[in-house]
Amino acid sequence: MSARWETEGLQTVGIVCLVFMFLKLMHLLGLIDITETDSSDSDLELSQVRHQPEGLDQLQTQTKFTKKELQSLYRGFKTECPSGLVDEETFKMIYSQFFPQGDATTYAHFLFNAFDLDRNGSIRFEDFVIGLSVLLRGTVTEKLNWAFNLYDINKDGYITKEEMLLIMQSIYDMMGRYTYPMVKDEAPSEHVEKFFQKMDRNRDGVVTIDEFIETCQKDENIMSSMQLFENVI
Amino acid sequence: MAAGVAAWLPFARAAAIGWMPVANCPMPVAPRDHSKRQDELIILNVSGRRFQTWRTTLDRYPDTLLGSSEKEFFYNEEAKEYFFDRDPEAFRSVLNFYRTGKLHYPRAECIQAYDEELSFFGIIPEIIGDCCYEEYKDRKRENAERLQDDQEDKKDFKPPNMTFRETIWRAFENPHTSTMALVFYYVTGFFIAISVLTNVVETVPCGSTSQKDISCGQRYTVAFFCMDTACVMIFTVEYLLRLFAAPSRYLFMRSVMSIIDVVAIFPYYIGLVMTDNEDVSGAFVTLRVFRVFRIFKFSRHSQGLRILGYTLKSCASELGFLLFSLTMAIIIFATVMFYAEKGSSSTKFTSIPASFWYTIVTMTTLGYGDMVPKTIAGKIFGSICSLSGVLVIALPVPVIVSNFSRIYHQNQRADKRRAQKKARLARIRIAKKGSSNAYLQTKRNGLLNELLDLTASEEEQQHLNKTKSLLESQHHHLLHCLEKTTGHDFVDEQLFEQNCLEGALQPYRSRTPSTSSLEGMTGTCCSRRTKRSVPLPIANAPASHAHPLALTHTLPKSPGLQELSAINIQCAEKQIHSSSRSNLNMQTNEVDRRNCKQQKVTTAIISIQTANTGSPAEDGGHGLPNRGASVVTTTSSNIIKVSAL
Repeated sequence: MSARWETEGLQTVGIVCLVFMFLKLMHLLGLIDITETDSSDSDLELSQVRHQPEGLDQLQTQTKFTKKELQSLYRGFKTECPSGLVDEETFKMIYSQFFPQGDATTYAHFLFNAFDLDRNGSIRFEDFVIGLSVLLRGTVTEKLNWAFNLYDINKDGYITKEEMLLIMQSIYDMMGRYTYPMVKDEAPSEHVEKFFQKMDRNRDGVVTIDEFIETCQKDENIMSSMQLFENVI
Repeated sequence: MAAGVAAWLPFARAAAIGWMPVANCPMPVAPRDHSKRQDELIILNVSGRRFQTWRTTLDRYPDTLLGSSEKEFFYNEEAKEYFFDRDPEAFRSVLNFYRTGKLHYPRAECIQAYDEELSFFGIIPEIIGDCCYEEYKDRKRENAERLQDDQEDKKDFKPPNMTFRETIWRAFENPHTSTMALVFYYVTGFFIAISVLTNVVETVPCGSTSQKDISCGQRYTVAFFCMDTACVMIFTVEYLLRLFAAPSRYLFMRSVMSIIDVVAIFPYYIGLVMTDNEDVSGAFVTLRVFRVFRIFKFSRHSQGLRILGYTLKSCASELGFLLFSLTMAIIIFATVMFYAEKGSSSTKFTSIPASFWYTIVTMTTLGYGDMVPKTIAGKIFGSICSLSGVLVIALPVPVIVSNFSRIYHQNQRADKRRAQKKARLARIRIAKKGSSNAYLQTKRNGLLNELLDLTASEEEQQHLNKTKSLLESQHHHLLHCLEKTTGHDFVDEQLFEQNCLEGALQPYRSRTPSTSSLEGMTGTCCSRRTKRSVPLPIANAPASHAHPLALTHTLPKSPGLQELSAINIQCAEKQIHSSSRSNLNMQTNEVDRRNCKQQKVTTAIISIQTANTGSPAEDGGHGLPNRGASVVTTTSSNIIKVSAL
């Protein structure tokens, strides 16, 4: 009796298998459709967003570059980013190539935020060129403003110790491991302490823009180093 | 750094202002860019095609030709551009490298030409982008193999001092090098065939005695034994000789062929040692099976077999996959069939291993029919089994086939190259000959120049002088200086051999004043040999231009060695196409043609006819010039005999 059941059972299994394979074959041939989800809905999305910059004349009024300089800048920009927009990943990748020994991604992130004025996640050529104009052709005050903006991560007008620590850590990250003398783990925080001692006049734990500018203007080293990159372009 | 990223360096430097307020130490001074000029367009003229780019684009890679000051060597002041006399097609990829930072290899380009271009412009090929790197490497490897084949073919030249051992080894490895080796090769092949045939025929039943059929082997024991002995003798001798001659005996003994040899002859010796003991003879019979390995010895004789073996070796992974998947499928289906057929009575599927046989026979679509499922489930699974068997076996087979085809074609190509090698070497030889012949030619013509100085008119003289290019005349002057330095002269082969042959012939020309002065010019500090060997008159053998590539020496039809008093001026119409850049081989045809017209040569000069080859294919000559109506171009050779005084 059990032998018969075994045979029957196996026969059933065989028939079930056959039916399944038949259905699969039909599905493959496209005669019936048994999938539930539609997998081809995102094909219509355009692959890339493109951005055209404002005209050359407008940019000339907005920045302090000459026409030729703007042309040369744009050529370099467009070669690296043909779509006209730099997103954060590309920016990090480009910036990291200049610092092969360390990890420049964190600092690049802060830098990206400093350049991306309208906080839309990508740098257009205008942002790029305006930022550069400030850095290279701006007055010392403008440059210091820009630096303050860089350090102030949440853009609330105050540099706190935590923000400064993050910035400092990212700068030290760019150095990498192989340095002389070795970068100790406390080095960034020590550096931050020194910075706050210098900058924070009223000892309230934050640095405001006025304190910052005032202190920097009194420091000769800083003032001279601001002029360092005058003729980069 | 990539090219585009270099454009962002100013940005990175500007952003460094962000570090200034937190800096501990004062900053270093920035490097000054003294050559501060506006970015300008540079024109690169490559063989007429003008490329333009920004100066900064080229400056991205300062260790290449275009990026460094080396390009100033190519600057053309008048046109204010850089001129390169190179291939514009290949230059495109070079310039694109500067623009995009990626070097691409154009597939239509010849690999050697491309390499040369790259090395000219100072770009290392290793930076070819990933997209094109594989193709580049493949082509490079093919090229290297081709060159290697050429090198290997040179091995055929027998090095002069070879020990006896090396001679034998060479004879074994390349049978076509000597007749003895060839004879031995064929003899061994014949004996292998005989041996295999003997083994086969031995088992055929021929005739019957009392109860049963006996095989031929048992009937004609002695004959077969003799045959076997002879074959084994030959094989043993061969093996021992190879062992003796092998450069590395250890390696030889480990090689596949030698193992096959050993396995082939071993059973015989064991048989000799073995007695007619009943117990042992069973094992002895098994050993005789190994005699069939003798057929593998044919692989030394047949290249196809070797290729097959090599293919199987190289497809080891595919074969392994085939085997593995087959095994998996066999086990699965055997299990299923066993349980499916368990219920039915008197079934042949008694166990899973017993079902293996059914599964294998079904999957390879053999279908003997000795084991057949009887239940419905068994039949269903049996059909699934045969369908999947076809698939599993059909998958790796094309890979193996394509591997075999590739290797086979490679071998074909190698054989073709070897066959063409002769023609190729002949070509190369002729090219070399052409160059030296041009010099010898010019020497003779130079004499004629002096000769005609006396007789020719002014303009003809100028024509004469112009026909030789500056390059050629300088080259010939150089060779002439070498002659003077060593005190010996260049001659061509034929003349040299002739001179060796007639050692005793005296110079017997009738000297005229002009020729004696010529003698002074061309004679060196050496003696009669020189005088004899410099063929004074212009004797040009007609060039047999049947096929530009297969040029050989041809002796002229009238091989008169020394003709006392006549000038044979043979003008041959030559087809010369100007192809290569070197004009060194340019034949001075015009001189010949002119001389054909010259009826004014009155001196008697010995003509020693030499057989020159005509211009090789690589001559950079020029075509038949149109010299007005004075040139009579008729058929192949016009022999103008100018009588002597």
